[in-house]
Amino acid sequence: MPKIVFVSSDGSEETVAVDAGTSIMSAAQQHGIEGIVADCGGSCSCATCHVYVEQELADRFDPVGQFEDELLDTTACERLCNSRLSCQLVMGDHVDGVRVEIPESQM
Amino acid sequence: MSGVVIVGACQAGLQAAVSLRELGYQEPIALVGDEPHLPYQRPPLSKGFITGQTTSEQLSLRVGSFFDDHDIDLVTGERVTGIDRSTQRAVTASGRELAFDHLVLAVGAAPRTLGVRGTDVAGVHDLRGLDDAEAIAAGLKEAHDVVVLGGGFIGLELAATAAGLGRSVTIVEATAGLMGRAVSPAIAATFLAQHRARGVDVRLGTSVVEVVHDGTRATGVRLSDGEVVAADLVIVGIGASPRTELATGLGLDVATGVLVDGFARTSDCRVLAAGDCAQHREINGTSLCVTSVQNAIDQAVVAARTIVGDLESPYAATPWFWSDQYDLKLQMAGLPQAYDHRVVRGDPASGAFSILYVRDDRLVWAESVSKPGDHVLSRRLITQGSAVDVALAGDPSVPLRDAVLATTTA
Repeated sequence: MPKIVFVSSDGSEETVAVDAGTSIMSAAQQHGIEGIVADCGGSCSCATCHVYVEQELADRFDPVGQFEDELLDTTACERLCNSRLSCQLVMGDHVDGVRVEIPESQM
Repeated sequence: MSGVVIVGACQAGLQAAVSLRELGYQEPIALVGDEPHLPYQRPPLSKGFITGQTTSEQLSLRVGSFFDDHDIDLVTGERVTGIDRSTQRAVTASGRELAFDHLVLAVGAAPRTLGVRGTDVAGVHDLRGLDDAEAIAAGLKEAHDVVVLGGGFIGLELAATAAGLGRSVTIVEATAGLMGRAVSPAIAATFLAQHRARGVDVRLGTSVVEVVHDGTRATGVRLSDGEVVAADLVIVGIGASPRTELATGLGLDVATGVLVDGFARTSDCRVLAAGDCAQHREINGTSLCVTSVQNAIDQAVVAARTIVGDLESPYAATPWFWSDQYDLKLQMAGLPQAYDHRVVRGDPASGAFSILYVRDDRLVWAESVSKPGDHVLSRRLITQGSAVDVALAGDPSVPLRDAVLATTTA
């Protein structure tokens, strides 16, 4: 099972292992990771599951889609080049161990 | 202290439990649901779950170990059948007794049933829970002709899903437009055109008088004009009614739903209600049931705060809703209401646009089609009570946040 390392805004880390095919947002929600609000439950509708993805692995995820791009322009914390909505990041062995930083605020 | 018993283990019930622990509540929490599953999210049931894109595991809102880790006594497959307010005890169908200081009703809504002949045969389904969705998904695999009764959000999403799977789909809607009073006529017309453009046969102002069958299985539906439309799968999506039986039994104030104040309190301040079963005594100047994920979550958070004695901020969330149909993303912020200006932002013919409604210079309601950025900003502006420049708001080349007037006061 591929692993995700969640890095909170205070620097603390939590690692969870998930089934391939699970989104990073869903993994965060199911394990009660704080800081990923995911108001819309993962339908790319709300911009409250914003994360910063580890640069080295960022390109291995599917590219930013049009809706995601629009929503990333509305995030509560600054959009950086490695900003993604975690509902659009699907886990698999190709991104095993990916580190994602959770921004200070989602609302 | 006996703690909290939460009746209903879906979006609102789960949120109440989670929020109580987040707020430092240390007494026992029992979260009792009548379905055999872990608490799960329902929106994908009419969309990705049917197509197989989303699995039942992915629907779970929390993994099983979360409940142990947070000392939440999750009781699944159990229905609460009796509650005694004087002794502060709830009892389940199997005889389990649960004592409480506070009770949270988060029992949701039940699908409205079609009061016509023939609905008890195979091939007729409604959709509320995971098991219903599994039955519909299985039925869709075999079906050729699908009839969807009801042109509301769930009916339209299921129709879009079935059409996307190549099925022949007919929607039968009793009123003159799709999605009732939840959207403006312009949005209803946009979605009507989109469904028809994809080959879906939409019958408005038409009702079903009978499900036609061969003795065991549905073969079609007879319409109010006498026509029989062939169907090997009939999906009933004609709305839902708040489950109020427990509240009525308790002697609480009930209208359409269980009446609650801004702190999610029923007429007994030790009994709270949240989500689809609840009815706001007053929201936007009217008493209303708001049936949405947003309301379930926000009202449950308020209920948890009330239980821990935090009465600082009553429910004040801006309602918002969404519905994904085909590749179209419909989102609404605020509630339909009177307005001074209606601003169309973007070209409706392009398939991506927003309609903004302004009253007293402030944005009060917004509908977006495949413009999620506009939607998120609209929610924020409505919540903040921002004054907007109507001309700028209507110019899609100007970011919506730049249409906010500097003189805004919150």
